[in-house]
This record gives sequence, structure tokens and C-alpha cells, in this order.
Amino acid sequence: MSGPSTYQPTNGFMRWLERRLPIGGLIHSSFVAYPTPRNLNYWWTFGGILSFMLGVQIITGIILAMHYTPHVDFAFKSVEQIMRDVNYGWLLRYVHANGAAMFFLAVYVHIFRGMYYGSYKEPREVLWILGVIIYLLMMATGFMGYVLPWGQMSFWAATVITNLFSAIPGVGEPIVTWLWGGYAVGNPTLNRFYSLHYLLPFVIAGVVVLHIWALHVVGQNNPTGVEPKTEKDTVAFTPYATIKDAFLMVCFCLVFAWFVFYLPNFLGHADNYIPANPAVTPTHIVPEWYYLPFYAILRAIPDKLMGVVALGGSILILAFLPWLDTSPVRSGRYRPLFKQFFWLFVATCIGLGWLGAKPAEGIYVILARILTVYYFGYFIVVLPLLGIFEKTKPVPNSILDSVLHGDVPIGASAPPPTRTGA
Amino acid sequence: MSSAHQTRRDFLYIATGAVGAVGAAAALVPLISQMNPDASTIAAGAPIEVDLGPIAEGQVIKVFWRGKPIFITHRTKKEIDEARAVKDNELPDPESDAKRVKQGKDQWLVLVGICTHLGCIPLAHSGDYQGFFCPCHGSQYDTSGRIRRGPAPKNLPLPPYEFVSDTRIKIG
Repeated sequence: MSGPSTYQPTNGFMRWLERRLPIGGLIHSSFVAYPTPRNLNYWWTFGGILSFMLGVQIITGIILAMHYTPHVDFAFKSVEQIMRDVNYGWLLRYVHANGAAMFFLAVYVHIFRGMYYGSYKEPREVLWILGVIIYLLMMATGFMGYVLPWGQMSFWAATVITNLFSAIPGVGEPIVTWLWGGYAVGNPTLNRFYSLHYLLPFVIAGVVVLHIWALHVVGQNNPTGVEPKTEKDTVAFTPYATIKDAFLMVCFCLVFAWFVFYLPNFLGHADNYIPANPAVTPTHIVPEWYYLPFYAILRAIPDKLMGVVALGGSILILAFLPWLDTSPVRSGRYRPLFKQFFWLFVATCIGLGWLGAKPAEGIYVILARILTVYYFGYFIVVLPLLGIFEKTKPVPNSILDSVLHGDVPIGASAPPPTRTGA
Repeated sequence: MSSAHQTRRDFLYIATGAVGAVGAAAALVPLISQMNPDASTIAAGAPIEVDLGPIAEGQVIKVFWRGKPIFITHRTKKEIDEARAVKDNELPDPESDAKRVKQGKDQWLVLVGICTHLGCIPLAHSGDYQGFFCPCHGSQYDTSGRIRRGPAPKNLPLPPYEFVSDTRIKIG
């Protein structure tokens, strides 16, 4: 994907194949010889972890689909059957359910990493927007998957989320009826969600290919935000990045396994082990943890339409990030003020997540409103103004400089380098 | 390719493209329409009759019509008086209590029991107005099912219904 391949097949069959379908060369130039910045830290390994999680979800999902029945009368029962009767069914379902949570955990780390190091900036705008699209698809997939066990939380999540569309003036009600395939959430709704839940992961996989393609056209960002200039700034993807990715993937799997084997229901809700009942709404309904910040924003706004607009806007605003951040310096490492606002933003997202799980009353609503203001303020006030007013620190001349001489650029009026050689 | 004058070939290109576009748009109709309620769902949405006889004063019963819960409330004198005591123009969605019941049947309040915010089912006899309270996002309705406080924009809707006799109603 990056220029003519230097791949020289030694094996006779591969030479024969390469002249007919140059797939060996594609793999070699994309994942073996591909130059990666030599200073990538562990935050850069989450892209690989995300690809791995997508694979885990697709494999366990296809297997679960072999045992699941998408019908309102049998869905709950078939899930219990998977848990009790199917060989290793409990394991596969717990891996899939907790896998969704781990997938979102990894995507949040990946997004925050991109935001801190300015990975969305020119020329990586399209790469970033493709990421936002993947995230939206993940949210849709995760939501529809949560509906399938047809427990109380499944049913009421489906009701509340589809009703978001009823806020659209004029055409809202017909759209909701169209989504349901009935006058309420019911069997047609469950059926189509099942169909789409099976489809969307493959759409995600397609957009991931575009995401990686765009990445390999513009190259990876790195902690300095300085583009590689010479060969000395980079190392080969294999073994350097491959092994680093693999190492953190193993560490990540330890956390994943800890949830699967020791806390499999910690991230779920007990109410979802009660079969769906259209006559009773659970007293306290909350979405899965990974949607909580957006749920808090929805509830912070006292008006229905504006609440839904704020919810949608809080996600869509990410797509405009490349143009909202006006600073010429890419990496947050050299932006002292930005750093503070960034960590405040991270804290705001976590705070909103906490508030999303609390009842919508009293002090919680007031706090949610304050944090919602900062959430949007970060994008539409802080980032545009920081680019104008912030005094940034000097940026190193090259990645090599930064690695060998710390972050002090040669020629800058700064103390002499403390670290030399490597 | 000369752009100075249009040729017969240009016309054919545009005509072919236009027919193709119309065909593609027409093909979308069944693809989109299949998602709407099917014939059996519509048929199952036929009117239902409910006997009001067994409902005691102060009691709320829930019946299902078109998959939606319908609240049938036998209101007490106090509940009716409370609903009538408020000035309509002070309400977020102004509507008089008299218009929300059938004439001469003030005690019978028939509502679609779905919160107009995001579709949860409110709890009867709860909240600050002793009407309906939605546990999901805290919307409060009064004893006439009118929104008083919270994020819901509208009053609880009234299903189409009529009295077939003094103690029976037909919903739908």
C-alpha cells in the first residue's frame, strides 16, 4: 500500500503467484517492511488490539448465532440454553458480552490517544473521520446486540433508543413505526436487529480496511507529531511493531480473561436476566457503561428534541475535530495549556459516564449540565482559541533527535541534552 | 468530445441515465416498505372491547392494544378535582381535563401508558402530582395524564375509544 513493493519471493510458488496476484507483496509492504516511527509508545498498540477484538467478536458471534433463536418467545430461553446446555456456551457468550466492553475500552483509549497526539490533523483528516464512522457503527452494533437476549434491559433499551427518533419533528412517529415494524417494539424489531447485528461487524471490517489503507497512505503519527524525515526515524513494522503490539495484546487479554472468568456479569445488569416484559419498565434503566456519557448528556437537557440533538451532536462533533483544532503544533506533548484542557476533557467524559449511571434528579442533573457545557466547550471554544493564544514549546527537528537527545531541539536556547547515545 | 453542440448521442446518454435512476429509485420502494408493519400486525391492531364493571374507584388497569399499554383509570372525586383545579395555560402542554375524558364520564380516564419522552411506562399513583411518574427520566404527569414536570414534551396521548354501553368501551 505504500509505493512499489520491494518484496522478492524466494519460493517458486510465491514467485508464480506474485506475477498473477501480488498478495504476498501487498502483505509484505503493509505489515512487514512498512516503516513505523521508531518512537511509538504503547498507546499506539491499541489499533492492533482493536483489530483483534473485532476478530474475537466476529468468531464468537457467528458461533452464538448457531445456537440463538431470534424470536420473542424463544430468544431469552435460547440464551439460557447457550449458558447451560451448549458445550462451552457459557464461555463463548461471556467472551462475546465482555468482548464488547473490552472492544469499547480499547476504542476509547485509541480515540483519546489520537486526540492527545493530534493524530486527526492534516493530512490525517480522512483517516480520523473513517475512525469516527467505525465508532458509530460499533455503537449501533453494540446496541442491537444488547437487545438480542430479550431481557428487561434489552427490551427497554430498544424502546428508549428507537424513541430517540420520535423527537424528529413531523416524521418522527412514522420513522419509529418503520423501525419497529409494528406499533411497539416486538418480534419484527427483534428479527431485524438480529439481521443487522450480524451484518454490521462485516461493514465495520470493510471500513477498517479503508482506515488502514488511509493510515498507510499518510503514515502513522507518533508522540512527537513530527513526520519521519529519514530512514533513521523509522523501523520496520515486523518485528518491531508486531512484537510490541503482540506484547500489549497479551496484557490486554489478561484483563479480558479476568472479566470473563471472574467478573462475567460485573459490567451487565441483573435486570437483563428477567425476560422482557412490555408492561413494566424497570425502575432504573441505564445503558451499558460505554454509552453512559452520551446518556448523561441526553438527560442533562430538559427538552426532548434538544436532548436528542445534543446526544447526536456530542458524537458527530468528533468528525469536525480536524478543523476545530487550529493549533499548528500537532502533538499535545509540546502544548502546555492544551494538556490541561485535554485531561480536564478526559475527566469530564469519565464524570459524565458516572452521572449517566445515577438517577436523573437533583445534583446529578446539575453536574451533568456543567460537564455537558465543558464537553461541547472543549470542541467549539477551547480548541479553536488555544491555537491562537497558546505559547507552545519548541518541537524537535526530527523523531531521531527526540529519541537521542530528549525533547530539546538542536539550536534551541535550552539546557544541554542530559541523555546521549543509544 | 465536442461540447459546442449537443448530439443525438448526448441525448441517448442522458435518457439512459435518467431511466436507470428512476428504476433504481423504484427498486427502493419495496426495500424500504417491507420494514413497515406487516398485514398480520395491522390486523392484530383491530379494536378491543373492555368491560369497566370490575374496575373499582381509584383503580388503574392496564390492557394492551396494538402492543401498547392502555391505562384505564377509574378516578376518585379528589383526583378529578385536582385535575380541574389547575389553570390550563399554566401547563407545558395546555389541555383542559374536560377535553381528555368523554362527556359525563369524568371518572374514566383512558390513556396510552407510554411516556412521551422516550417510551417508558409510567407508574400510576406516583410522583409529585399523584398521577403518573416515569422512572426512566423523571417525567411527572398529573391525574389527567398531563405533563407537569420533566423532559417529556407532551401529555400522555389518548387512544381512540368510545363507550358502547355505560360500562363497556371499545378502544381503536
